Amino acid sequence: MSDYNFAYLDEQTKRMIRRAILKGLAIPGYQVPFASREMPMPYGWGTGGVQVTAACLTPDDTLKVIDQGADDTTNAVSIRRFFEKTAAINVTQATSDATVIQTRHRIPEEPLNEDQILVYQVPIPEPLRFLEPRETETRKMHALEEYGLMHVKLFEDISQHGQIATAYAYPVKVEGRYVMDPSPIPRFDNPKMEMAAIQLFGAGREQRIYAIPPYTQVVSLDFDDYPFEASKAEGACALCAADHTYLDEVIVDDDGGRMFVCSDTDYCESRRQAGHIGEQGTPYGKDAA
Amino acid sequence: MYVAVKGGEKAIDAAHDWLADVRRGDPAVAELSLAQIREQMSLAVDRVMSEGSLFDLDLAALAIKQSRGDLIEAIFLIRAYRTTLPRFGASHPVETDSMQCQRRISATFKDVPGGQILGPTFDYTHRLLDFKLAAEGLTPADTPTQDTPDLAAERKPHVMDFLNKDGLIETAEATNDTPPDLTREPLELPANRALRLQNLTRADEGFLLGLAYSTQRGYARNHAFVGELRIGKVAIEMDIPELGFSIEIGEMTVTECETVNQFKGSKSEPPQFTRGYGLVFGQCERKAISMALVDRALRWKELGEDFAGAPAQDEEFVLSHSDNIQATGFLEHIKLPHYVDFQSELELIRSIRTAATAALAETKIAAE
Amino acid sequence: MTPLLDVQNLSKNYGQRIGCKDVSFDLYPGEVMGIVGESGSGKSTLLNCLAGHLEPDHGKVLFDTKTDGLKDTVTMSEPERRMLGRTDWAFVHQHARDGLRMGVSAGGNVGERLMAVGARHYGNIRAQAADWLGRVEIREDRIDDRPTAFSGGMQQRLQIARNLVTGPRLVFMDEPTGGLDVSVQARLLDMIRELVRDLELSAIIVTHDLAVVRLLADRLMVMKDGHVVETGLTDQVLDDPQHSYSQLLVSSVLQV
Repeated sequence: MSDYNFAYLDEQTKRMIRRAILKGLAIPGYQVPFASREMPMPYGWGTGGVQVTAACLTPDDTLKVIDQGADDTTNAVSIRRFFEKTAAINVTQATSDATVIQTRHRIPEEPLNEDQILVYQVPIPEPLRFLEPRETETRKMHALEEYGLMHVKLFEDISQHGQIATAYAYPVKVEGRYVMDPSPIPRFDNPKMEMAAIQLFGAGREQRIYAIPPYTQVVSLDFDDYPFEASKAEGACALCAADHTYLDEVIVDDDGGRMFVCSDTDYCESRRQAGHIGEQGTPYGKDAA
Repeated sequence: MYVAVKGGEKAIDAAHDWLADVRRGDPAVAELSLAQIREQMSLAVDRVMSEGSLFDLDLAALAIKQSRGDLIEAIFLIRAYRTTLPRFGASHPVETDSMQCQRRISATFKDVPGGQILGPTFDYTHRLLDFKLAAEGLTPADTPTQDTPDLAAERKPHVMDFLNKDGLIETAEATNDTPPDLTREPLELPANRALRLQNLTRADEGFLLGLAYSTQRGYARNHAFVGELRIGKVAIEMDIPELGFSIEIGEMTVTECETVNQFKGSKSEPPQFTRGYGLVFGQCERKAISMALVDRALRWKELGEDFAGAPAQDEEFVLSHSDNIQATGFLEHIKLPHYVDFQSELELIRSIRTAATAALAETKIAAE
Repeated sequence: MTPLLDVQNLSKNYGQRIGCKDVSFDLYPGEVMGIVGESGSGKSTLLNCLAGHLEPDHGKVLFDTKTDGLKDTVTMSEPERRMLGRTDWAFVHQHARDGLRMGVSAGGNVGERLMAVGARHYGNIRAQAADWLGRVEIREDRIDDRPTAFSGGMQQRLQIARNLVTGPRLVFMDEPTGGLDVSVQARLLDMIRELVRDLELSAIIVTHDLAVVRLLADRLMVMKDGHVVETGLTDQVLDDPQHSYSQLLVSSVLQV
C-alpha cells in the first residue's frame, strides 16, 4: 500500500489529532474541537474513532475492532480491514492481545491494562445536546458548569417512569468536573470506565475528541435516593453460562423464542475454551459450523 | 443448538462483488467512458466538483461512474480523495471581473456595459421530452450549427458596481485577511462571513435550494433580485515562492451570483441596498443563486435586522446541517447494528412495564 | 445600612435611539420598587440591564453579594453573573412561556433551580416542589403535568414558584400580570403581595399598570423616553404627581 501514508492520514493531520488527544487527556471529559477529515467511510460510521486510532497506531501495535461487542459484525470487519490495508499492522480478536481496541457501543468484559488504549466511536459527543440543541449554548453550559438541566432530565424520568429511563449513553461526570457522554454503551458498562487503560473518544462528524486518563474518577449521574444501577438482562449466556456479562437477546424461531448470549464474542469464546458450557452451548471447537 | 452468527467478512466480500456487477449493468450494453460522462453529463460533473470541493473534471466523471450516478456518493468519493491531497498553497483571489463569460445576465438592468449573454441555458426551453435524443444515430446537434462564440476575456465590470457608484448599495470592502478554512479547522461558531460562504459553497444543493426558497416565501424574506449572474472561465494565479512572482496555473469554470436585496435602513444606517453572494465551481446556477439568498439571510445581525426565527437566518442551524456528506453518513448509520443499545432499551422498557403493571394490580386490589 | 442594589448612571442606547439614560437609584433589603411608564419608555431596557440580560453602555449596577459585598454586576465575570442569576436573583417574565420549560413537568420546573445549585435527593426536591406548588395555589396532583396543560394564570404562578424556590434575595418582575384576564390578575396580585410580605422579598417590578404598583410597590420611578422623570414613595407619586407626565399618567387611569 504505497498510495497512502501509514494508517491513511498524512503526518500533519495525525499530529493535529494527537494534539487534540493530549489536550483531551489533560482536561478529562472536555470536548476538544478538531479539524476532522473526510475519511473513506461515511460520517457516523466510526470516522472519529478511525481518525483517533490512526493517530495512535504505530507499526508495532496490535489492533482489535469491535462493534456491539463482536469482532465479526460488518462494520467492525470493515474498519479492521481498513487498517490492515493502510497500516499493515497485526490484528487480533483477543482482547488481551490488543494494544489498541476500537469499539462501538461496548467496553470489553475483560478488564483492560495500562498498556492498552480503548478508542470509542462517538455519534453525538454532547451529553446536553437533546436538552439544548445549540452548540454555542452547550459549550457555555460546560464552561460554567451549569449542569442543572441534566438532572432535570433524570428528575423527569423518575417522575414519569419511576426510574431513570436512560439505558445507554448514560451521562457521567469525569473527575468531578465535566459531564460527558460515554458514547452509546449500555449503562451496564459505565462502572468499567474507571480503568487502567487510556480511553479516547472520537466524534468525526461533530469534530470533537475527548478522553479519560487511566484511573480517573467517572461517576454516573443519579440521585441520592435513586442511585445509578448498571443493569443488564436477567439470566446467563446460553453458550458459556456467564451471568455477569452483558447479554444480547437472540430470536431463535418464528414463534419469538429467545435466548441470551454474551455480546462480547471474544470473552464468550475464551470462557468456552476454558470449559464453561451454557444451556445450549457445546464444548469448544465442536460447533456445527 | 445455537451457533453464533459468523460471516461478516464473507458477506462484505460478496456484497462488493454484487455491487460491481450491478454497477456495470448488462454487459451487452457498451460501457460508459469517462469522456462521455465528462462531456454529456457535464452538469452532474459540475455539481460533484462543487460539493466535492475539488475542481477536476475527470475525477468527478470517474466518481459518477463508480457511484452508479448517485451524486452524493460521488461527492463523497471526491471528498475522501481530496482530504489526502497535499496542500501546496493558496491561489490569489480569482478576478471574476475578467471572467470569460459564457453566460451573463442581470435581472436589475435591461442593458449593461459588456452586454447580456444568455448562454447555454435551459431557461427558455419548453420542457418537452425530445424523442429525437432517444433515437440512435446522429442528431442535429452533432453537427455544430454555430461557431463557438468568441469568449475573449474583455473585462466585464460587475453590475453591482454601477449601484455602488451612487452609494445605493452597501460597499463590500476588500480585505487581506486570510479566510478561515473549515477543511483544516473545526467549524466554530459564531462564524464570520468568509467561513459561512465556504460552508455554503460546499453545501448540498437541495438543502440550500429549500432554505433559499423558504426566504422567498416569507421565512426571513429579504426580497432578492439577481443583480448579476455570470458563468465562465477564470484564471487561477498563484505565487510560486521559487520564482518570486505569480503565474497562471490554470483556469476553471465558476458560477457567480450577486443579489441586490432590499433593505429598509436600520437604527443607525440610512436605507441602502444590500448584497448576497454566491460562488461555486462549474455551472451550478441554481446553487449559486440559492447560496446568495441564504448568505443574505444569514447576515441579519451585521445589518441590524431582527431575528425572525427563520431557519435560513439561523447560522448554527444552517452551517451544521448543510454538508450532505455529514448528513448522509449520520442518517444512514442507523442501518448499522444497534443490538446493544436496543437491548438495553428493551430491558428498560420491560422493567418499567413490570413496575407499572404491578402498581396497577395493587391499585386494583386496593379498590376491591 | 447597605443597599441591596445601588444603580449609578445607567445608560443604554440602541444605535441613535435612547434605551435608558442616566438612571440612578438605590434599593434597600425588603423594599419593592415599581418602575412605570408607557411602552417604549425604557423601563424594560432598564430592567434587562439590571438583571444582566443586556449590557449597558455606561454605568454601574452594584449588588450586595453574600461573599464580597457591593460588586458591579456589569463588569463581573459571566460565570459569576450567571451564578447570581440562579441563586440570589430571580426573574419573572411577562410571558410565562419565556420563563418556564414548557416540555418539563411542573415539578421539574420548580426543581430545576434546586438541582442547579446541587440538590441531589429526588424525594426532597419533589417535596419542596410540591410545597411551592401549594404556596402558589396549584394542586399537588398537577405536579407531573406539563405547563402546556395549565391556564395562563397557573403558568404565571408556576413561574413564580420556580423562581422563588431557592429563596432569591432580589426578584425582577417584568409586567407579571400582563396579558392575563382582569379577575386572574387580581388573584395573582394578591398572591404576589402575600409572598412579598411573608418572604420579605426585595423586588423591582416593571409595569404600565398603576394598579399593580399601588398594591405592591413601596417606591415608584416614572420613566419617559428613557429618562426617569419622577421618583418617590408610591402613594406620594400616585396621589400628588409633580411632573406633568406623571400627572398625565395618573389621570389617564382609574384610581384604585
